[in-house]
Amino acid sequence: MNEGERLVELIPRLRRYARALVGDRASADDLVQDTLERAWAKLHLYRRGTDLRAWLFTVMHNVHVNKVRATRATETLEDEMPELAQRAAQGDALMVRDLDRAIARLPDEQRSVLLLVTLEDMSYDEVARTLGIPIGTVMSRLSRARDKLRAMMLGQASAKLKVVK
Amino acid sequence: MSDETPINDAELQAYVDGRLGEERSQVVQAWLATRPEDAERVAMYRRLGEELRRAYDPVLDEPLPEWLVVRGGPRRRWLRFARVAGWVALGIAIGAVAGWEARDVRPGVSARGDTGETMARRAAVAHAVYSPEVRHPVEVGADQEAHLVAWLSKRLGTQVRVPKLDAVGYSLVGGRLLPGENGPVAHFMYQSNQGSRITLYVRTNAATNRETAFRYAREGNVSVFYWVDGKVGYALSSADISKETLLSVAELTYQQLNP
Repeated sequence: MNEGERLVELIPRLRRYARALVGDRASADDLVQDTLERAWAKLHLYRRGTDLRAWLFTVMHNVHVNKVRATRATETLEDEMPELAQRAAQGDALMVRDLDRAIARLPDEQRSVLLLVTLEDMSYDEVARTLGIPIGTVMSRLSRARDKLRAMMLGQASAKLKVVK
Repeated sequence: MSDETPINDAELQAYVDGRLGEERSQVVQAWLATRPEDAERVAMYRRLGEELRRAYDPVLDEPLPEWLVVRGGPRRRWLRFARVAGWVALGIAIGAVAGWEARDVRPGVSARGDTGETMARRAAVAHAVYSPEVRHPVEVGADQEAHLVAWLSKRLGTQVRVPKLDAVGYSLVGGRLLPGENGPVAHFMYQSNQGSRITLYVRTNAATNRETAFRYAREGNVSVFYWVDGKVGYALSSADISKETLLSVAELTYQQLNP
């Protein structure tokens, strides 16, 4: 199987990650589309024998970071959302419904790490290489992401909790 | 021996993910047995992972939209653009619009970059304003094309190219300079034998350097296909022709601009 075919095989995984990363389907597929365009154009830079999945997720990461950077100014104002904490405190039945909202409130860099570990089942080392960060940073972001998620899901998220970018 | 080593946070994370060696796992297990609060925390971490997978794994089984599977390397880029555009023409753009709106109400969701929505809107307005003009549709006519190109290139700070659209029945009327969101905009007008008009809106944005596929927007009765290629954004507008026809003109325009 050549790189192109393997790349196509990885599209569903890109979509899953993108969906969790940016939330709604249209924006997520938009991200996947931009990622694939970039990947096709840069495929000659991919070194055979190395991890194509990590390479592809790196491409997506870079595309995503650029998009976020371009729109950062528009998303700095949402902060206080006390109703999330209140609803979560009502019980487990609300967990799934609130999960994607809680995920969305994680800082981007923590969300990426958590999703690559949890959804992609990447090793910590692979995550470090994919995101271009030291493995120690992977571990601390993973830890903080889980702490935050847990706090939000337990309804301990104080109204002051902000999405720190 | 290892029982004495304190458990650090990284190990705890690895334990949650089932990636800790058997020996240390047992140590962590014994440690958690005496610390109900930490045990609860670890259990919650694991549950969050399960919930995450349950929430997002179904995406793996969703049928892939054809536009995502389009094959081709850099040399076949044009084909990809055409097919992506074909998908857009089929109306999935509605989904993108819905996504755009949904984005505004969804907190913390990182959004799309500068894909040119504002440009599309401005292009549609410019089309609506200038295309009905009978006496002064353009500032500089096609008879002075060389001057037109030199002038607009100078103002935009980049080499502007005027695509030839005669193959699809449109000839250049001329062009004008417009104020855009971030600076000068070049605006070219084309006309068919039947008198229907198409305008091409060209803006530069040195801040971003990216590529997008064709996207479709509609403002009032004006249809717009727009795309970004490097630092230059293009928007092709018409109020008279079908979306499919406009798409074919957009394809030709793209080809002419990227020979």
